[in-house]
Amino acid sequence: MAEEGMRIISAIVEDRPGVLFKVTSLIRRRGFNIETITVGGTEKERVSRITITMRGNPAVVEQLVKQLSKIPDVLKISELEPEESAFRELALIKVSATDPSKRSDILNYISIFRARVIDASKDSLVIEIVGQPRKVQAFLDLMKGFGVIEMAKTGTVALARGARSSSSSTSSSSSSSSPPD
Amino acid sequence: MRVSGAKALVEALKDEKVEVIFGIPGGSTIPFYDALYECAEKGELRHILARHEQCAAHMADGYARAKGIPGVCTATSGPGATNLVTGIAVAHMDSSPVVAITGQVPRSMIGRDAFQEADIVGIATPITKYAFQISKASEIPDTMKAAFMLANTNRKGPVLVDIPKDVFYEEVDYMEAERVRIGGYVIKSGDPHPYSIKRAVGLVLESERPLIIAGGGVIASNASAELARLAEIIPAPVATTLMGKGSIPEVHPLSLGMIGMHGKGEANMAAEEADLLIAVGMRFNDRTVGRMEKFGENAKIIHIDIDPAEIGKNLGVDVPIVADARKALAALADRLIEVGIRKKENEWSRRIAELKEKYREFYNSEESRGSLSPKRVMKTLRSAIPERSIVTTGVGQNQMWAALHFQVLQPRTFITSGGLGAMGFGFPASLGVKVACPDRPVFNIDGDGSFLMTEQDLATAVVENIPTVTIVMDNRVLGMVRQWQCMFCEKRYSETDLGKVPDFVKLAEAYGAEGIRVEDYGGLESAIRRSVDAEVPVVIDVPVSPDEKVLPMVPPGKTLREVVWFG
Repeated sequence: MAEEGMRIISAIVEDRPGVLFKVTSLIRRRGFNIETITVGGTEKERVSRITITMRGNPAVVEQLVKQLSKIPDVLKISELEPEESAFRELALIKVSATDPSKRSDILNYISIFRARVIDASKDSLVIEIVGQPRKVQAFLDLMKGFGVIEMAKTGTVALARGARSSSSSTSSSSSSSSPPD
Repeated sequence: MRVSGAKALVEALKDEKVEVIFGIPGGSTIPFYDALYECAEKGELRHILARHEQCAAHMADGYARAKGIPGVCTATSGPGATNLVTGIAVAHMDSSPVVAITGQVPRSMIGRDAFQEADIVGIATPITKYAFQISKASEIPDTMKAAFMLANTNRKGPVLVDIPKDVFYEEVDYMEAERVRIGGYVIKSGDPHPYSIKRAVGLVLESERPLIIAGGGVIASNASAELARLAEIIPAPVATTLMGKGSIPEVHPLSLGMIGMHGKGEANMAAEEADLLIAVGMRFNDRTVGRMEKFGENAKIIHIDIDPAEIGKNLGVDVPIVADARKALAALADRLIEVGIRKKENEWSRRIAELKEKYREFYNSEESRGSLSPKRVMKTLRSAIPERSIVTTGVGQNQMWAALHFQVLQPRTFITSGGLGAMGFGFPASLGVKVACPDRPVFNIDGDGSFLMTEQDLATAVVENIPTVTIVMDNRVLGMVRQWQCMFCEKRYSETDLGKVPDFVKLAEAYGAEGIRVEDYGGLESAIRRSVDAEVPVVIDVPVSPDEKVLPMVPPGKTLREVVWFG
């Protein structure tokens, strides 16, 4: 299930200096209100994917897509249907864990949420959780009760489900099954 | 051919058939200017030395708009580059093809706050179609090819190319660039989709009261003949935006003049009463449509624009046609002829005639406030200069008086800073226009405030022998702001009284130009007639009362119906 009202825009761009600036500069200048933005590589060399999530009515999203399309470095841009996309966010959460009983409670939650501990010390744990933004948020809310020392989150990364591809010009219409998240 | 980066740049400019560059040299562009030295000797690539980089950019812009090909300007790094910014922003807002070349500090110095370093690519990105920074000399040919291609295709606009000083010295094998590809940029055919045309024709046939609104896109795509043809076939009256002025001859029976905040009564009322608006190459700017959410409330809207991002940006439309204006207008006209056209005489044409009659007296009245009436000054100018003359304007009251009362008869003969509204645009733009069209008389209608922002380039006009004529509507105030203060701030004239302006006759003479002060209409007419063929730049000082207003006016945020006629 997608977050209500959340829109995901996926832009395939040339990986060259200044492209991210051109994209964010346009977003700022036109006054679009985005929630998250992530950038990273793709299966192709010198091609990056920028994933933007925002809340907004269809006209606003359509206008953002049209404006971003005007940047010559943008090779392809599309709005992903949340229902037909896989999307994930990663959070690292450092939780206070001095008390042994609390520590075991935390480890229980970690197991339920399929998160994992990536660093442990006498007083704290660093936990990694990957999932849909809502699941990450739910886990974070639980951890707040134990004392979150600090937290870092990525924005959302997303791909269309099935064989469809937004980064290549050849796309196939066949789709795979959608396993539950 | 093994050449320096600087020489490669010169060769690339020549490959693009560039004939003239407007600019000022500086530390970072010394090697480029050194390469230009031989061009000057051979009579290739004329360089015009401006006195301020802002003027160089406006000159390139004026050149581009008059001639319909890209204009080129150049400046050194840091302050030179930042001085170009206003000019580049004007070109961006008005979709004018300008290529700006800036010097940059050497590569090893970039990012170290070196002397005369400014991140011009960062500064210019939001006001250009694209901004390049070259990182090695071998990139120069392709990048320049790409810069001209981007500036002059699809929706046109300015492109900046920033070149570090040491790149100018680096050696490169020069070969003319092939066609280049930039990311996802595709040069569009501009052909309208047949389905959109079909839907648009359906709306035209259903409509009782169609109105065409023509914007700058009509002029950019040289679509004037197609515009007039479509208007006559429907038949539909044509209102123009400020940028669209000249897209239809303003003496054409179907021409209504300018629409908008300072639009003509008949144009604004026609837009209010129309049941179909055919908006061509215009972008529903706030100055054009008044209160956005009320505009076209009772009409269907067909929007023709080459830029898909303009569709639905400010206003929802019924039928979008993403296409070149010329091709779309021609396709609409052809299709209308195929399906059969309407009768010529109808209720709407009678209503339009009635509206024109209603406001005729207002536009013909010659009342003035003691000095010369701006309205009559504009009419005197029109009757005294050849039809093919080109007029540029400053920004402010002078610009709106020209827009309202100076009849434009041909496209590309009215050149003004529409979108950005940059004071100081008119005079340097007139120089660029004159360089582009040396055989045509060029007149700049200016205000004293606007002219004083860029008058130092009279030096350029005199030295480079560019004889344009500037008519200064001299009211010793910042007139448009003062008008708003009068109408909306209870005459609290905060800082709009210039007090004293220079003696414009002496100012012109100090530069070696000719100055003429006129006292009456007879003097004005003879001064204008005398300067049509002047061989030196001329400044005509026209005293105007500070209380003259631009009327009618639609106050900001009001609908086009809520016009103020007297103030």
